[in-house]
Amino acid sequence: MKYEAVIGLEIHVQLKTKSKMFSSAPYEYGKSPNTLTDAVVLGLPGTLPVLNYEAIEKCAQLGLMLGCSIAKVCKWDRKNYFYPDSPKNYQLTQNEEPLCLGGSVEIEMPGSSRNIEGEHRWVQLNRIHLEEDPGKLTHTAFDSLIDFNRAGVPLAEIVTEPDLFSSEEAVAFLNALRNLIIYAGISDCDMEKGQMRCDANVSLRLKGSDALGTRTEMKNLNSISNVKSAIEYEIKRQAKVLDSGESVVQETRRWDATKNASYSLRSKEEAHDYRYFPDPDLLPVEMDRDRVEVLKEELPERPFDRQRRYQKEFSLPYTITSVLCANRELSDFFESTLGLFDAPKAIANYITNDLLRELSAHSKEGDSALNITDTKMKPELLAELVEVVESGLISKQIAKEVFTEMFLNGKSPKSIIEEKGLSQSNDSGEIEALCLEAIASNPKAVSQFLDGNTKAINALKGPVMKATKGKANPAMLDELLQKLIQKGQ
Amino acid sequence: MSDLYQLEISQLQKGFADKSFTSVELMRSVIERTESVEGRINAFIDRDIESALQQAEAADERRSKGQSLGPLDGIPVGIKDILAVKDQPLRCASKMLDSYISPYDATCIENLKNSGAIIWGRLNMDEFAMGSSTENSAYGVTANPWNLDCIPGGSSGGSAASVAAGETIVSIGTDTGGSIRQPAALCGVVGMKPTYGLISRYGLVAFASSLDQVGPFSRTVKDSALLLESLVSHDPKDSTSLKREKESYSQVLDSPLRKLTLGIPKEFFSEGLDPEVKEIVTSAIEWYRTQGHSIVEISLPHSELCVPVYYIIATAEASSNLARFDGVRYSHRSKEAENMLELFSNSRGEGFGAEVKRRIMLGTYVLSSGYYDAYYLRAQKVRSLIRGDFEQAFDQVDAILTPTTPTPAFNRGEKSDDPLSMYLSDIFTISVNLAGLPALSVPVGFTKNQLPVGMQVIGRAFGEADILGIAHAFERSHSYYQMRPSL
Repeated sequence: MKYEAVIGLEIHVQLKTKSKMFSSAPYEYGKSPNTLTDAVVLGLPGTLPVLNYEAIEKCAQLGLMLGCSIAKVCKWDRKNYFYPDSPKNYQLTQNEEPLCLGGSVEIEMPGSSRNIEGEHRWVQLNRIHLEEDPGKLTHTAFDSLIDFNRAGVPLAEIVTEPDLFSSEEAVAFLNALRNLIIYAGISDCDMEKGQMRCDANVSLRLKGSDALGTRTEMKNLNSISNVKSAIEYEIKRQAKVLDSGESVVQETRRWDATKNASYSLRSKEEAHDYRYFPDPDLLPVEMDRDRVEVLKEELPERPFDRQRRYQKEFSLPYTITSVLCANRELSDFFESTLGLFDAPKAIANYITNDLLRELSAHSKEGDSALNITDTKMKPELLAELVEVVESGLISKQIAKEVFTEMFLNGKSPKSIIEEKGLSQSNDSGEIEALCLEAIASNPKAVSQFLDGNTKAINALKGPVMKATKGKANPAMLDELLQKLIQKGQ
Repeated sequence: MSDLYQLEISQLQKGFADKSFTSVELMRSVIERTESVEGRINAFIDRDIESALQQAEAADERRSKGQSLGPLDGIPVGIKDILAVKDQPLRCASKMLDSYISPYDATCIENLKNSGAIIWGRLNMDEFAMGSSTENSAYGVTANPWNLDCIPGGSSGGSAASVAAGETIVSIGTDTGGSIRQPAALCGVVGMKPTYGLISRYGLVAFASSLDQVGPFSRTVKDSALLLESLVSHDPKDSTSLKREKESYSQVLDSPLRKLTLGIPKEFFSEGLDPEVKEIVTSAIEWYRTQGHSIVEISLPHSELCVPVYYIIATAEASSNLARFDGVRYSHRSKEAENMLELFSNSRGEGFGAEVKRRIMLGTYVLSSGYYDAYYLRAQKVRSLIRGDFEQAFDQVDAILTPTTPTPAFNRGEKSDDPLSMYLSDIFTISVNLAGLPALSVPVGFTKNQLPVGMQVIGRAFGEADILGIAHAFERSHSYYQMRPSL
C-alpha cells in the first residue's frame, strides 16, 4: 500500500470509586435498572453536583501511572447537548483545563513468533480529563428505555496523540494501557461491562509524508478485536476513496460489529456545537502537590519494568516473564512466594504452568480465568511445595498431583504427602527387586544400553516407576539400574 | 385578635410567650386575611391550609413543653415557587412543571423547618424567575397591593405582595438580578439579597447559578434579620456555599448605628430616574447626613455595562440550566411527538412561556461556537471590572445608597410587549449580583399616587449586619413601615 495510516485513540475508562463523581449514589455493574440513582444523578430541579475527591485522586493516579504531568488546577466545563441518556442535557467535563497533560505509554509490538520479544516503543498521550458517564439507552420494538444507574460514574478520557500507525499498534497500545490501569487498581477495564470504551480516529497519508490527512472518527468500539477490525476496515475504505481520486469526508462513523462494517453517523457540518462554558456550580480543584507526591510514591511498578527486572535479576526467560507480568496478581503471587523460598525459576514455572492450568480449568464456562484470590491457593503453600521438591521428598511428577490437591482444598503439601503416602521411596531393597525384575523381562533394552545407547535405560525405569506409583527416587533408580546391569555382565 | 397577621415577629413571640394567643390562632388570622384579599392579589399558586395549621399546632405543642425552637417557631413563612419543599408542588410558575412534586427539601427550607417556621404556600413569580413584573407566570398575574392595576415587580412578585398584603408574616424569594429587591421596593416592604454563597442554593431551581441567591421579605428590617439568621448555613451539598461563623444579625440592630461613610454613586442618579423617586431617595440620604454620617459621591464607572453583561451571563447559564426540562423524565411531555427530536422540541415549545424561550435562545446564541469569545468571554471580563468598581468604592465607604428601581410600580401590561424597557427596571440592582455583594431595599417614602419607593443599601461582601443596621435606623425614625395598603 502506498499509504500510511495515522491513528489516534480516545479511551474512556470507568474509575473504580465507591460513589459517583458528583453524588453519594453508589455504582455497581449489573444492578436492576434505576436503582443506583438519587436526586442529583437524575438532575432533579434544584439539585447541585458536589465533587467526589476520590475520582480526582484516581484520575491523578492514572495520570502519574502514564507519565502525565498533573495540573496545579483543573476546572469543570459543561458540554451541552440534548440526549435522553443525559439527565441534565449537559455533561460535566474538563474541556479547558484537564487534570492530566501529556504522558506516554510503553507498548510491545508482536514479536516474530510467540516466544520472541517484540520491539518496544513509547506512544505519546495528549491529555487525560474527567467527565461523567451518561445513562444507558435500550431500544425495544416500540419503546426506548433509560437506565440511569451508570449516569454520573466517573470516566477518565485518555486522548492519545496521532501516534499509532497500524491496527496492530493500536491493539498493542490498548493491551499495554489496560494492563497499566489494572496494575494500578484504577479500573478493571472490562470492555464487555463498558468499563473501558474506545473511539478511533483514522486518517491516511502518502508514505513519507508528514502532513495529516482528513480523519474520520469511529465510535462504539467495545472490544479490542473490534478496534482492530474497525481500523482495518477504515484504512481499506479510505484507501479506496483516495485511489479513486476522491477525498475522505470528515465524519463520525459507527462500527457495526455484527456486519463487520461501519456507517456514517454524522458529517462535520452536522457535528454538535457543544457550547462549552465553565460550570458555575463547581469550584476549580486545586491539586495538593504533597498529596500528588504521595500518590506518585504509592504507584506500583509498571509491568514492562517488572518484566525487565525479572529477566535481569532472576534470569527468567521472556516466555515466562511475559506471562507472569501480564497479570499483576500472578507476578505479585510470584514475589510473595519468592519471599518465602528463594527459587525463582521453579516458582515461576509452577505459576506459569500449574497455577495457570488450574485457574483456567476451574473457571466457569464463558467467564474469564479465576483470580488467585478467589481460590485457596496461597504463596505459603507453593513455597512449601517447591521446598519439598527441591529437598527430594517428592518427585516433580508427584508434585503435579500434590499441586492439584493443594489448589483445590488449600491443604499444605506436607500434609497431602503424608495423608496419601506420596513421599519418594528410598527403600533400596524394594527398588532393587523391582529393577532386577525389569532387567530380566527386557533383555533387548539391556543389550542396547550396553551397546552404548544410554537412553535405553528409560525403558527399564518405566515399569519400576509404575510399580511404585512414581514414588521411586529417580536418581537412586538410575544409579541402581546401571549398577545392576554392569553387575549382570 | 383578628389582626394578628399585621404584627411583626417580636410582637408575635411576645404574644406566644404571654399566652395572649397561639400559633394556630396566628395562622387562622393569616388564612382568614388571605381568603379575603387573595382574590384581588393572586400572590399564591398553591396554599396547603391543612398542613399550615398542623405545623402551627406542632409549634404550639413545642412551646407548651418549653421546647420552642426560637424566634421563627410558629411563624408562617411564604415560599417562592422556585424553592423545593418535600412533597409539595415545585412549578416555578411554569406549565413545564405543572404536575411536578419535589421529593426533597431545599437546604434553606430544611433550615426554616428546623427553626420551627410554618412553611406556607407556594408564591407566584415570573416563570423560572425570568421577569420583573410577575406577568410571566403560567398561573396568572399578581397585583400590587398598593394599586391593584400595578404590577408587584418581579420575579419574586408573590413573595413581596403577600407580605405587603398581610397574607403572611414574612416570605422568602430569590434574586438573580434584582428579583427580591425590585418587588420589595415596588410593594413597600423590606427585601434582601445576601452575599453570594451565604445561603445554600441546593433546592433552588437554578436560573443563573453564578448570580442566584435566596433572601428574605418582611415588613420590618428586624424580621428580615431574624429570617436571614435561620436561612444561613454552610451546606456541603452546594460547592459555592461558604463556611462562615454564624452571625446574629438581629441583635446587632439593638445597638445604635456607628457613624458611617455612605457612598452615593453618581451614575445611579442620572437620566432615566423618575423625578419623584429621585426626590424621595435623595431626602432619605439627607436624613443620614443629619444623623452625622458622612455622605460622599462615588463613581461606579462600568454601571452602564451591567444590563448587557447580565443578559449575556444570566441567559448563557439559563440556557444550560433549563436544558433538563425536556419531557423525558419529569417535566411536561408533548403528546404530539413522533420521534426524539420532536419529543424535545414539542415538549419545550409547549411547556415554556415566551420570555423563558427568549432567554434560552439568547443564551444559546452567546455560547455558540464563533460567538463565545465575543459575548460570553468578554462579558466575564467586564464582570470583573464591575466587581473592581465596587472593591474600589468600598475602600472609601462603608455602604452604598441608591434608588432600588428607576420608577415606582408601573401598570400591568405597560411593558410586557417591550422586553428591553422591562429589563431596564433592574438597572440599579443587577450590578450587585454581578459583584456577588449583599444589598437590601427598604421603604423610604411614597409617591403622590401612594406608590411605595425603595432605597437600596449595598454592603461589602458579608456586610449584611451593616446594611441591616443602616436600613433599621431609617425605618425606626420614620413611619413608613407601619403603613398598610387599603384592601
